[in-house]
Amino acid sequence: MAIPLSYIARNLWTRRLTTALTAGGLALVVFVFATVLMLDAGLKQTMVTTGEYDNVVAIRKGADTEIQSGITRVQAAVIESHPSVALGTDARRLASKETVVLISLRKLGTAKPSNVVIRGISPHGLELRPQVKIAGGRRFASGSSEIIVGSSIAKGFEGTRIGSTLRFAQRDWTVVGIFDAGRSGFDSEIWGDADQLMQAFRRIVYSSVIVRLADGSDFERFRADVDADPRLTNELKREQIFYGDQSRALSTFINILGLTLTAVFSIGATIGAMITMYASVANRVAEIGTLRALGFRRGNVLAAFLIESLLLGLVGGVIGLALASLMQFASFSTTNFQTFAELAFRFTLTPGIAAATLAFSMAMGLLGGFLPAAGAARMNIVDSLRAA
Amino acid sequence: MSAPRVETRVEPRVEPRAEPRAEPLVEIHNLAKSYVRGEQIVPVLSDITLDIQEGDFTALMGPSGSGKTTLLNLVAGIDKPDCGTLRVGGLDITTLTESQLADWRASNVGFIFQFYNLMPVLTAYENVELPLMLTGLGRSERRERVEMTLSVVGLADRMKHYPNELSGGQQQRVAIARAVITDPRLIVADEPTGDLDRSSAADILAMMQRLNTELGKTIIMVTHDGQSARAAKAIIHLEKGEIIGNVEPASA
Ligand SMILES: Nc1ncnc2c1ncn2[C@@H]1O[C@H](COP(=O)(O)OP(=O)(O)OP(=O)(O)O)[C@@H](O)[C@H]1O
Ligand SMILES: [Mg+2]
Repeated sequence: MAIPLSYIARNLWTRRLTTALTAGGLALVVFVFATVLMLDAGLKQTMVTTGEYDNVVAIRKGADTEIQSGITRVQAAVIESHPSVALGTDARRLASKETVVLISLRKLGTAKPSNVVIRGISPHGLELRPQVKIAGGRRFASGSSEIIVGSSIAKGFEGTRIGSTLRFAQRDWTVVGIFDAGRSGFDSEIWGDADQLMQAFRRIVYSSVIVRLADGSDFERFRADVDADPRLTNELKREQIFYGDQSRALSTFINILGLTLTAVFSIGATIGAMITMYASVANRVAEIGTLRALGFRRGNVLAAFLIESLLLGLVGGVIGLALASLMQFASFSTTNFQTFAELAFRFTLTPGIAAATLAFSMAMGLLGGFLPAAGAARMNIVDSLRAA
Repeated sequence: MSAPRVETRVEPRVEPRAEPRAEPLVEIHNLAKSYVRGEQIVPVLSDITLDIQEGDFTALMGPSGSGKTTLLNLVAGIDKPDCGTLRVGGLDITTLTESQLADWRASNVGFIFQFYNLMPVLTAYENVELPLMLTGLGRSERRERVEMTLSVVGLADRMKHYPNELSGGQQQRVAIARAVITDPRLIVADEPTGDLDRSSAADILAMMQRLNTELGKTIIMVTHDGQSARAAKAIIHLEKGEIIGNVEPASA
């Protein structure tokens, strides 16, 4: 590069108030943009970690969620006994026949009730989810009215401390443990014994059956067998895909809302960058003429101002990204409107998001700087020297 | 119309040439330039014919608006004539493309301006180094040359200073260093002392005389001031876009 970078950077520094204000505008947009991506990444991460790759979820055909699903005891037994299903250490099938019910619980600090998923699981239910660890207390005893609560529930809802009781389905349920599901969607659930919960809620069908494949590559055959069996009206999905699909609508919503906002704001920020760069050019007409007289070409002048606007974008991008990265310490909870259940997740900053964010900010700078830079490059030497 | 002040010993040496000499550095023949202002065409220079020899120090004088700056700009290759011949160092610079002309200026012309035209965000050192960024010189070679040139203009101790930390005379000395750093054959100066007090102006003129006599630089200097013009070896008077006389100045 012919025109030194120090010349370019110091011009930004010389006008630091304007630079800061413009970069601030860019940073704001970048912040929104990054936050949206981080939210989406957090949601996806939560949903993907919710599922184990080798686990298969069986639900009623046509149901998107476990809430809408129903599987009879006969169907559950047929699925469970398929040869693709792995055996546990107890030589029984690694399967969990589960029931999923929504109840309303009061959030801490507000009088507002929220829907919470109660999941009844079979004895193998915990083993099937290795990411779920008991973080306090103990497991519930099977055949009892004991429950364990996910870490997000424990933090966010009333009456969920170990030892306290929750009343629903005409019974009192004792909280005996808290589990940490590694930031997956299970952190927003309450788990208990499937049979006890089905009795209490007077249910006669399961919501889903979760099984572990003995051989992960067996999935297609397993699914074809289930499709072909006339007794079964069920659909199989890999657990990861199942949960990924469940968050798709929420993810799309976050993305459309967030990116629309970003797009609207970015117009403003780009115009801001353009105004700043026009001023930068206007203040330096004589300098431009001098540089050209000294032998710098139009292309050098164009490049210098484009780099200046890129740097401006970079400054905004770094500030916005720094602000957005603070959001990692916050967690976010919303209703997943596919399941209508409360779902807690974190803003997750990935290297890809950081790169995309900086690129976006620099693109705004570049776009705003393009016309002013082209104007500077087009200037006539004699006229610009006369402007001194 | 006021008569030019220094009109005593008129010795036109434009043409015909008295004796065959080496090819002049600057050859101007029937050069004309006009500007378009709205609907109007404003003639600025008409039928200029002039030779400047290698090693000359020529002062261009004349009333305001007479076309001095315009003529200087044409010779320096930052403006284009309407018609006529303009050869510098044997090269017809009117035929060059814009980027060829830029490269030509970078290696053949040094500029000195009335208001110094230094980059305010660059130090004296960096300002002088700037034209070298267009050459293939490495960092250490550039340093050597910049330090040497700045000490020649007496600013070795001000290298890290920014223009606003220097006096006008010091700034103009930085500009002179910048003008000679690429070792151009031709130096053009548009009222280089116009913004300076008497003693700084004298310093600058003395320095330009040294560039001319010691380094053999060909200098064309526009000036309003007869006193300054005496630093030159020859004076050309312009009036209304025409050369009205070549004058050898009384010795400075
Ligand atoms: N770019 C331009 N557009 C229109 N007119 C111009 C332009 N440049 C110069 N002129 C006109 O050309 C004439 C000569 O200008 P020039 O700058 O060469 O004069 P000058 O002799 O240098 O005057 P001064 O001593 O005031 O600097 C003036 O009438 C000026 O208004
Ligand atoms: Mg002038």
